[in-house]
Amino acid sequence: MDWFLQQLINGLALGAIYALIALGYTMVYGVLRFINFAHADVLMLGAFAAYYLAPSVAKVFGPSTVPTALTVMVLSAVICAVIGMLIEFLAYRPLRHRPRLTVLITAIGVSLFIEYTGQHEKVFGAATKAFPTLLPQKEIIVGALRCSSNDLVVVGFTAVLLAAMWYIVQRTKVGMAMRAVSFNEQAASLMGVNVNAIISFTFAIGSALAAIGGIFFAMRAPGIEPLMGVQPGLRAFIAAVLGGIGNLPGAALGGVVLGLIETFFGGMPGLSDYRDAIAFALLILILLFRPAGLLGKMQTEKV
Amino acid sequence: MLEIRDLHVNYGAISALHGISLRVPQGQIVTLIGANGAGKSTTLRAVSGLVKPRSGLINLEGEEIAGMAPHTIVGRGLAQSPEGRMVFANLTVMENLRMGAYLRKDKANFAKDLDYVFCIFPRLKEREWQAAGTLSGGEQQMLAIGRALMSKPKLLMLDEPSLGIAPLLVKTIFEKIVEINKELGLTILLVEQNANLALEVSHYGYVLETGKIILENTSAELRVNEKVRAAYLGG
Repeated sequence: MDWFLQQLINGLALGAIYALIALGYTMVYGVLRFINFAHADVLMLGAFAAYYLAPSVAKVFGPSTVPTALTVMVLSAVICAVIGMLIEFLAYRPLRHRPRLTVLITAIGVSLFIEYTGQHEKVFGAATKAFPTLLPQKEIIVGALRCSSNDLVVVGFTAVLLAAMWYIVQRTKVGMAMRAVSFNEQAASLMGVNVNAIISFTFAIGSALAAIGGIFFAMRAPGIEPLMGVQPGLRAFIAAVLGGIGNLPGAALGGVVLGLIETFFGGMPGLSDYRDAIAFALLILILLFRPAGLLGKMQTEKV
Repeated sequence: MLEIRDLHVNYGAISALHGISLRVPQGQIVTLIGANGAGKSTTLRAVSGLVKPRSGLINLEGEEIAGMAPHTIVGRGLAQSPEGRMVFANLTVMENLRMGAYLRKDKANFAKDLDYVFCIFPRLKEREWQAAGTLSGGEQQMLAIGRALMSKPKLLMLDEPSLGIAPLLVKTIFEKIVEINKELGLTILLVEQNANLALEVSHYGYVLETGKIILENTSAELRVNEKVRAAYLGG
């Protein structure tokens, strides 16, 4: 039982991070119908932004305090939002009405460009850097349960962000416009929607969430380096597919499911080496029976 | 209200419209009839900004709008109910109507216009909270027209409102189009393959053939024109 609860907390924290990142994949897919592979590198840039900002912010609010952590996260999110919009503007917008494959290959190109530019010694350098302690960390012990206060913060903060995202998309005018653009770009423009502005906004929000996800991931990782986004990015992409690509609650659910599967199998003696194999086998099984993902609907259109 | 002069539109190397000119006077229903592929929809798409004309003038109430982005043109007072309806299937009926009023700021008049749309299409009121994708073809057409009305346009463009709709509903929808024109004094540009219906409800008509206007006259005259009767009205 204790073991179960322990893995549950770990799995939720990891799943929350995947969920945050998965939202960006699924939102961009929703409006533009392609996978933004550079998203994984935006989360890396978020972690690096936090790495470089933390010492200066710590001078104002003190090292590892809540205001420091919040300020660093907000600033990194803003930086990544701008980067996300720039990527869309410079790399994807000129190709908007080209075949999707062209855009997809461009996305891979942007991803590699960011990764290898980051590895240059004059940029971040290839070596792993220790990520600063942003938050005061406590170990919480209840009976035989041990968990880091960071894990609880990650889960709680993610829940709040997911709720905020749901509200924006379902209850605000800009969210309604996002859904309209996602269904039919031309029809949305005939309503007076500035489609380019909505797409920029989508990239900004997705990238901001990726920055937060990247920082949370870095807080649990041994350190940060320019290729750190690849693994969580891939998993979050899978989470988005698992939940039903284009579907926001699906991305959140997919992230949590994947995080739980990974930690539960990773925590079993003898199975930990196979955890990816098991996670991906389950993914294949789920997609065999529900090709549109857990919450995805098969698209039907009335003609 | 709307004046098009010598409009040319190309799709790649293919010329879809070669130099058409037409006028839609204030308060009238003007129709554009012609066979499939004659360029009727292309004309509307050029006016609403969905396709960029190669050359020519499109003047809406004294302002040149050719080449503007669609969302800017909507702000100038033009609404289009597009071919194939294009209602947002993933949004509710209510949300679709709100999308129609996307650029409007006046909350009070929004409620008034919503009432008007529900009054002419009571079916939409019944299905207010349903996803638009679950509506029948005819109901979707009502929604597409209602949605266009919600922007409080000066000019309404309707692209094939009879396409793929049960005959009984087609009759209702055309009655409503006339009603909207009379009650609101709204200027309407109607594109329609069903020439019979279109000429019945409109004041003036243009006949389009392979990207050129070959004939224009009052709708009453066109209905008795032998060429039109032979080609479009089934003898």
